[in-house]
Amino acid sequence: MDLFKGLGSLLDYIGRMTFFIKDTLWWLFAKKRDVKSLFREVIFIGVNSFFLVSLISFFIGIIIAFQTAHQLKQFSSEIHIASLVALSLVRELGPVIGSLIVAARSGASITAGIGSMKISEQVDALEAFAVEPIDYIVVPKLIALVICMPILVIYADLMGILGGCLVGWAKFSIPFNFYFRLTFDALQFKDVLSGMIKSVCFGSIIAFVCCYEGFRPFSSTDVSRSVTHAVVRSFILIIIFDSILTALFYFIWT
Amino acid sequence: MIRIENVYKSFDDKKVLDGVNLTIKRGENFLIIGRSGAGKTVLLKNIIGLLRPDSGQVVIKDTDITKLNKKDLEKVRLQFGLVFQSSALFDFLTVAENVGFFLHQHTDLKRKEIHERVSHTLHLVGLEGIEDEYPYQLSGGMKKRVAIARAIVYNPDIIIYDEPTTGIDPIAVDKIVSLIEDLHHRLSITSLVVTHDLEVGLRLADRLAFLLGGKIIFEGDKEDLKNTQDRRVIQFIEGSSSGPIKEMEV
Repeated sequence: MDLFKGLGSLLDYIGRMTFFIKDTLWWLFAKKRDVKSLFREVIFIGVNSFFLVSLISFFIGIIIAFQTAHQLKQFSSEIHIASLVALSLVRELGPVIGSLIVAARSGASITAGIGSMKISEQVDALEAFAVEPIDYIVVPKLIALVICMPILVIYADLMGILGGCLVGWAKFSIPFNFYFRLTFDALQFKDVLSGMIKSVCFGSIIAFVCCYEGFRPFSSTDVSRSVTHAVVRSFILIIIFDSILTALFYFIWT
Repeated sequence: MIRIENVYKSFDDKKVLDGVNLTIKRGENFLIIGRSGAGKTVLLKNIIGLLRPDSGQVVIKDTDITKLNKKDLEKVRLQFGLVFQSSALFDFLTVAENVGFFLHQHTDLKRKEIHERVSHTLHLVGLEGIEDEYPYQLSGGMKKRVAIARAIVYNPDIIIYDEPTTGIDPIAVDKIVSLIEDLHHRLSITSLVVTHDLEVGLRLADRLAFLLGGKIIFEGDKEDLKNTQDRRVIQFIEGSSSGPIKEMEV
């Protein structure tokens, strides 16, 4: 019985989310955007995430470098840490870690913000002023996330590579310029492109899930529950879509 | 101007509006009064089209808005100015941006013209020099006045006040009530005030209706209210806990 109930809730969620995405995409192309509100969202979602992304990506670069060096040492091939760090970051970890950070930081905040707007009647006020809440609230956040995510991911990749470079220089005496040459020799255009496609896809997931969850609360106690749902569901969907896209790129580009 | 006929509205199994009938005439100051949780806000949201009734008609200037699609409903909404119970100021916008919100969204006025209209309207509600402040920097009474300014800045035909004096101190209450009276006389627009505060209501109303248990149990002017024999209305006026209205009956 619980299984059927769970399946019913899942189908209900998928159905509602589909209509929400459809409405958002309709409004996305329906009219010209106000640059000021877009700028505000880009600052909030993108610029304010730079410090956290820098910190975490830098340390992830260090971790990958040490982990790969440990294995490569057995073959006296420590020199390859540059290419391994670069490829794992650009293809996989940069987009995923960057997206998870943005989902946890900005996504949670988006849900809480819309939720508090809803319970304080600000969403009703928009409708009373004949302004569509999806158009006014959701679309700028979607555009900002789609713009910011690839930039943040490239930045995360560079910070991670810098972390790896530090390990290569300090532990294995690989000069900086030589490390960077090895890094960029290993990377191909398709690696960068796959990371960019993933980041746009994950940015859209964060926008749709976190905004949708923001419109669900009916009371202040619902807001915290919605925030939790938004972050958890974003994480799950990012990992699922990462698997799908990775498999897709594997078949397309091999 | 506004005619409500046999409006029913339920949420899940809870019946909130149970066959409401009302008529509000052009230019009058009409009051809907009732206990907290009586369904006043739900009725108001049905009037403005934020909620659709399960059955019945809401007629605004000869148009039944329950039959309208979203786009036409938005056109009707532009005739209303709505002051929310919680003020509902957009917390990410300054006072000036809040007041000028409608003008930015629905008119081609230039930034300078909007600024002038906003300043003039803030002057009307007795607030000057706070254009660049954010809602969190304002007191409850000031927020209400900004919300009133936001509702009147585009000269709507009807202004609806939802619990305009809830959550503010007695001095601010007096200011808000005086402001509503003043605006009503100065702008000559139809006002609909929804409140549970009888004292405030009687100061403002030309006519009033009493909502109880999802039904209008009284409709008339202040003289009719004085002469009513309905024990439920008398109990509410006297503010007595004993009488035909039981604690759970809302």
